[in-house]
Amino acid sequence: MQPTLSPGAPTLSVSDLRGSPKRLRRDKTMKVLLFGAAVMSIVISALIIVTLFGEAWQFVSGLMDTIGLGALVDGGAAPGWYPRQDRFDILTIVVGTLIVSGISVLVAAPLGLGAAIYLSEYASPRMRKWLKPVLEILAGIPSVVFGFFALRVLGPDLVKPLFGTPGNTSLLVTGVAIGILVTPLMASISEDALRSVPSALREASTGLGARRSTTTVKVVIPAAVSGIVAALIISVSRAIGETMVAALASGRLGQSPRTFDPRDPGLTMTAAMAQLAVGSDQVVGSGLAFQSLFFVGALLFLMTLGLNMFANRMVGRVRNKY
Amino acid sequence: MAVTASIRESSAAVVRASLTGGKRDVKGMLFAAALLLCLLTAMFTLTILLWDVVAQAIPVFQKRSTGFLTNDLASSPDKAGVSQGIWGSLVIAGFVVLLAFPVGIAAGVYLEEYAKPGRLTSFIQLNIRNLAGVPSVVYGILGLVVFVQGLERFTGGRSVISAGITLAILVMPIIIITTAESVRAVPSGLREAGYGVGGTRWETTRHHVLPYAAPGILTGTMLAVARALGEAAPLLLIGAITGRLASPEGQTVVERLQGKFTAMPIIIYGWSNEVNKPGKITGLTFEDLTSAAIVVLLVIVLVLNAAAILLRNRFEKRRQS
Repeated sequence: MQPTLSPGAPTLSVSDLRGSPKRLRRDKTMKVLLFGAAVMSIVISALIIVTLFGEAWQFVSGLMDTIGLGALVDGGAAPGWYPRQDRFDILTIVVGTLIVSGISVLVAAPLGLGAAIYLSEYASPRMRKWLKPVLEILAGIPSVVFGFFALRVLGPDLVKPLFGTPGNTSLLVTGVAIGILVTPLMASISEDALRSVPSALREASTGLGARRSTTTVKVVIPAAVSGIVAALIISVSRAIGETMVAALASGRLGQSPRTFDPRDPGLTMTAAMAQLAVGSDQVVGSGLAFQSLFFVGALLFLMTLGLNMFANRMVGRVRNKY
Repeated sequence: MAVTASIRESSAAVVRASLTGGKRDVKGMLFAAALLLCLLTAMFTLTILLWDVVAQAIPVFQKRSTGFLTNDLASSPDKAGVSQGIWGSLVIAGFVVLLAFPVGIAAGVYLEEYAKPGRLTSFIQLNIRNLAGVPSVVYGILGLVVFVQGLERFTGGRSVISAGITLAILVMPIIIITTAESVRAVPSGLREAGYGVGGTRWETTRHHVLPYAAPGILTGTMLAVARALGEAAPLLLIGAITGRLASPEGQTVVERLQGKFTAMPIIIYGWSNEVNKPGKITGLTFEDLTSAAIVVLLVIVLVLNAAAILLRNRFEKRRQS
């Protein structure tokens, strides 16, 4: 509706310029609706935190009432994670997770970083145009597919003959498979960091007579280092939280003795959670077994949150610099 | 032209030769080769993966033809099919479209077009970035406590409704972030023109900013649906069925939505754990069936991903020219 001038008053007043009240009201309503949607994200976070820590606290207080907090670190002769027998050696699954994510970073960091440097510094625009989308599509393969791949191909055909693992499933296979899974992620974040280095830096280095490899190693990588570190941390955090590969390929079903050898089958925090939940309708033993799910979840949440916040800081640092 | 070009090239070669002392940069070439090797190793492994799965899946489609797609879950590899998984995954995708799209896009638009810089806004932004990094299995816990146990009367407990809502929440940060990014990329001249002719903020957003940002938003939403379709961990916690799932006749839609369910990634997980004994009639094993199920899932997920990436690249190019 056009603002109409009232007859007999040839001058415009402020209210004439304001638009019809209907349109303004609509503008207000939309603003409130959109704000509501944005606030939804805070509600979700609050729900996650309340449910996780509420139930985790119930587990902890349940432990204190029955067997004591000492149960979280098993000091016995054969320590392990046996929730159905009320034995919650948290060290077992934390060590499993650390081994797996460590191996996956050993796989993903060189592959991903190498691919990123090649794409950003060496590949011709035409090659990049083809390689980048392929890498991005590969990043979209669901993780359960990698679990199957680890179980059927990587385990028996690569890791077993190469490292002499006793069986097809082990923490090592899990780590390698998760490493391959996060390689595209690592490549894509570090490529972004490398490309955000201004080309003036490269030109200056080339102008001084440096070779391309020298420019890359001595100029571009140091300039992008915080972005690369962020990519590493995000990859670690992703590897820690990866569930399906660990549930399929780590080789233990819901319980495991403590092990520090990556060639042994073991249990990660995520796999322990997935398998606790699968049997949650018929939990044997006390209700504590089911509630340990939330305790492990809360721990996992804190670990990944810490890593992600640190990585966000690092990414922000690159952005502010250039 | 050709002469000057050749002179320029030869003089460049002369200069380079005198600068490098006529020696080839072997180290540099090795470095480049090592980098290329990294890229190719990553791609090669992933290609092997796909090839292996497809090769194993082909006999399943040959022997079972469409029966594999239309049968229910069963304990024999001769009869088992993925129809219930496809149904579950489609319903989950429907929930993502219905819940995560509107809320996610609205939140992204709010953050870029309406929010004033301040403590609340930066808190929301930080919060969304952190939500995007929360492991999917933790969202499973949220779904288990809030939707399976808390809202059981409405969702029916361990049902596809709980799963759909949980996965919609899981992908919402992705949609918010991609929406915000593509709205941010809209040139401010467009907004100024909108305000200049007297549009309200909403009218400008609705008629100028959103249409311009639409391809970017669409890309983000397609990636989000693909992610939701491939996600299995939260569904395990919510209690998707990995074994046999009877589908009684004469269920109403509501009953089916509130009843037990499964989804494609869960079927893949369940069959991966099955005993590898060939079926009596077809000679197929559950391993073969798993490969076939993976092919079905990958076709859906990778087509969505590829379409999203192509769409983005195409519009990026058009904007630049």
